Amino acid sequence: MTQSAALEFESVTLAYAASAPPVARNVSLVAGPGKITAIVGPNGSGKSSLVRGVLGLMPQHSGRILAGANNLLSMSAREISQQISVMPQRESLAFPMKVRDYVALGRSPFLGLWSALSSRDVTIISGAMARAEVVAFADRSTDELSGGEWQRVRLARTLAQDTPILLLDEPTTFLDIAHEMSTFETLSNEARAGRTVVMVSHTLTLVARFADQMVLMHDGRVAAIGSPRDVMQASVLEAVYGWPLVVSHDPAVGAPTLVPLRRPG
Amino acid sequence: MNSAGRQPWVLWSVTVIALLILVVASLAIGAVPLAPMDTVNALLGHGDDTAVTIVRELRLPRVALAILVGAALGSSGAALQGTLRNALAEPYLLGVSGGSAVGAVIAMTLGVVSAAAVPLAAFAGAVVAVLLVLSLARAAGGARDARTLLMAGVIIGAFANAIILILLADQPPERSRSALWWMAGSLADGSWPRVSWMLIYLSLGLALLLSRARMLDVLSLGDESAAALGADVGGATRQVFLISALLAAASVAAAGLVGFVGLVVPNIARAFGITRHRPLILSSALSGAALLVLADLVARTVRAPVELPLGAITALIGVPVFLLRLRRTK
Repeated sequence: MTQSAALEFESVTLAYAASAPPVARNVSLVAGPGKITAIVGPNGSGKSSLVRGVLGLMPQHSGRILAGANNLLSMSAREISQQISVMPQRESLAFPMKVRDYVALGRSPFLGLWSALSSRDVTIISGAMARAEVVAFADRSTDELSGGEWQRVRLARTLAQDTPILLLDEPTTFLDIAHEMSTFETLSNEARAGRTVVMVSHTLTLVARFADQMVLMHDGRVAAIGSPRDVMQASVLEAVYGWPLVVSHDPAVGAPTLVPLRRPG
Repeated sequence: MNSAGRQPWVLWSVTVIALLILVVASLAIGAVPLAPMDTVNALLGHGDDTAVTIVRELRLPRVALAILVGAALGSSGAALQGTLRNALAEPYLLGVSGGSAVGAVIAMTLGVVSAAAVPLAAFAGAVVAVLLVLSLARAAGGARDARTLLMAGVIIGAFANAIILILLADQPPERSRSALWWMAGSLADGSWPRVSWMLIYLSLGLALLLSRARMLDVLSLGDESAAALGADVGGATRQVFLISALLAAASVAAAGLVGFVGLVVPNIARAFGITRHRPLILSSALSGAALLVLADLVARTVRAPVELPLGAITALIGVPVFLLRLRRTK
C-alpha cells in the first residue's frame, strides 16, 4: 500500500441507463482511512449500486466519487484498481484454477503486459493469503472449495491488490459464525493498518460491533449516517425495513443489538 | 480433477514426443514409403536424392502447414474460450471460420491469389462474421450467454457455407479451388510460400495473444471482477476477438474449414491442470499442431490413394469431445 486515502461520495446520483430512474440519489458520505464504514439497508436500497458506481459500471448522472483527492471519472479502470480493491457480491469462475494462481490475479493492476510477478508481488500475495487464512488450501483447485472457503479466497485476492481502499459487497454471505467473525476481525486489522474499509452488509448487529461508521440506505438515498449508536435506532430501522423490531444494548459486548419481532397477530 | 497422473508436465512431454513421432511418420508414409531412419536422413539432406526430394520438397511443406494451421486453430480456440468464459467456443462453431472462408472466396473470385493477401481478405470476412454473430446473439437474448452465442455462430456458419456454394457454382476450379475444398478443408496444396505466410500470421497472432494472456485470466473471472482488477472489459474482449479472428482467418486461407481443433485442445490442457492463459495458449498451439498432423496423416492414409477430407476427420474427433463437454456445462 502506498499511502492512505479516503473514499468519498459527493452528491452522487447513479442509474442503470441515461433514461432509467436513478437507483442511488444524491448520496454523500466520507469513508475515512483507519475506519470501517458499513453500508446497510434493505434489498434494493442501492447499496450494491454504489459498488458498481465505483467500478464505473453504472452511468453517473451527477456528483463526484473521490479516492483521496482524485475523481474516479477522470481515472482509467486500471488507475482506480490501483487505489481501490473491490470484492463484488458474486463471482463464478468460468474455469477452475489453483487458489494461489487465483489470489495472484490481485496483482494484475500493477503488472505490465509481459512482466512476471516480482518477489515483492509474491510477498504481498503470501501476506494476503495468510491474513485471509487460506494458506491451508493454496494448492487446491477453486472448484474443490466450500462456499465459505471460496468467499475467503476471494477476500485474499482482494487483499492481494494491496490498495489504500477496500470495498467489499457482502463479504460474509455463505460464512458460518466462526468464519464470519474471523472475516470481520481481518477487516478490522486492515483498518487498523490504515486502510479505508467500506463494506456492504446485511448483518446489522455484527456490523454495529465492528464498524466505526454506518450508512443506512433506503430507496437509493442515505436515510441515516453516523456511529452505530446513532444509526441503530429502532424507529429509524423500523421505518426503513418496514418490519417491527427492537434495539437492545447487549451487556456482554456493549453494542446495539437488533431483534426483529414476529408479525403481530 | 487434478489427479496424480494429470500434471501439466505430463501433457507437455507427451505432446512434444507425439508431435515428433507424427512428423516423422507423416514424412515417411505416402505413395513411396520410407523407413523412419531414411526419412530423418533425407530431412537432414543426406542419402538418396529422390528420398530427399520427396521428404523436403513434397511432404515437408504439407507437414509444416499442418503444424502451423493446427497451432493457429488451437491458440485461437483457447483465447476465444477465455474471453467468452465458455469451454465450447472455437472459431469454427462461432462462425468465424465460415466468415473467413467467404472473405477468401470473394477475394479469389476477384482474382486475388497471393498467399499474403488471401488471409487478409479472410480476416475481413472473419470480422464481419464476428459482428454478425454478436448482434444476432444479442438480438436472441444475450451475447454473454454461451448457448445463444454458439447457436448464432452455427447459423452464421451455415449461411457462410451457402454463400460459398453460390459464389463457386460457376467458377472454374483452377480459379478459386472448389466449394468442397473450402468446406471440407485440406492441406493438399501446402507450398513453401503458403507456409511462410502462415508462419508470419501465426507468429503475429500468437505474440499478440500471449501479451494479452493475463488479461484473459482476469476476463475469465466475469465482468465485475475483471473491472475490479482494472480491465477494460469491452476493449479487451474486442482485442482478443480480433486477434483470434486473424489466426482463424490465416488458417482458413491456408487449409479451408477445419473445425473442432480449437475446441478439443484447450479442454485437454485444462484437464491436465493448465489453467493460466499463457501456458494454456502455448499448450493449445502445440497440441493443436500435433492433432492436425495426426488428422492429416489419417486423412491421407486410411483409404489411400483416396484422400479423406481433413475437416471430416477433425469433426469425427471433435464432436464426441463437444458432447462430453456439453454435459458438464451448466
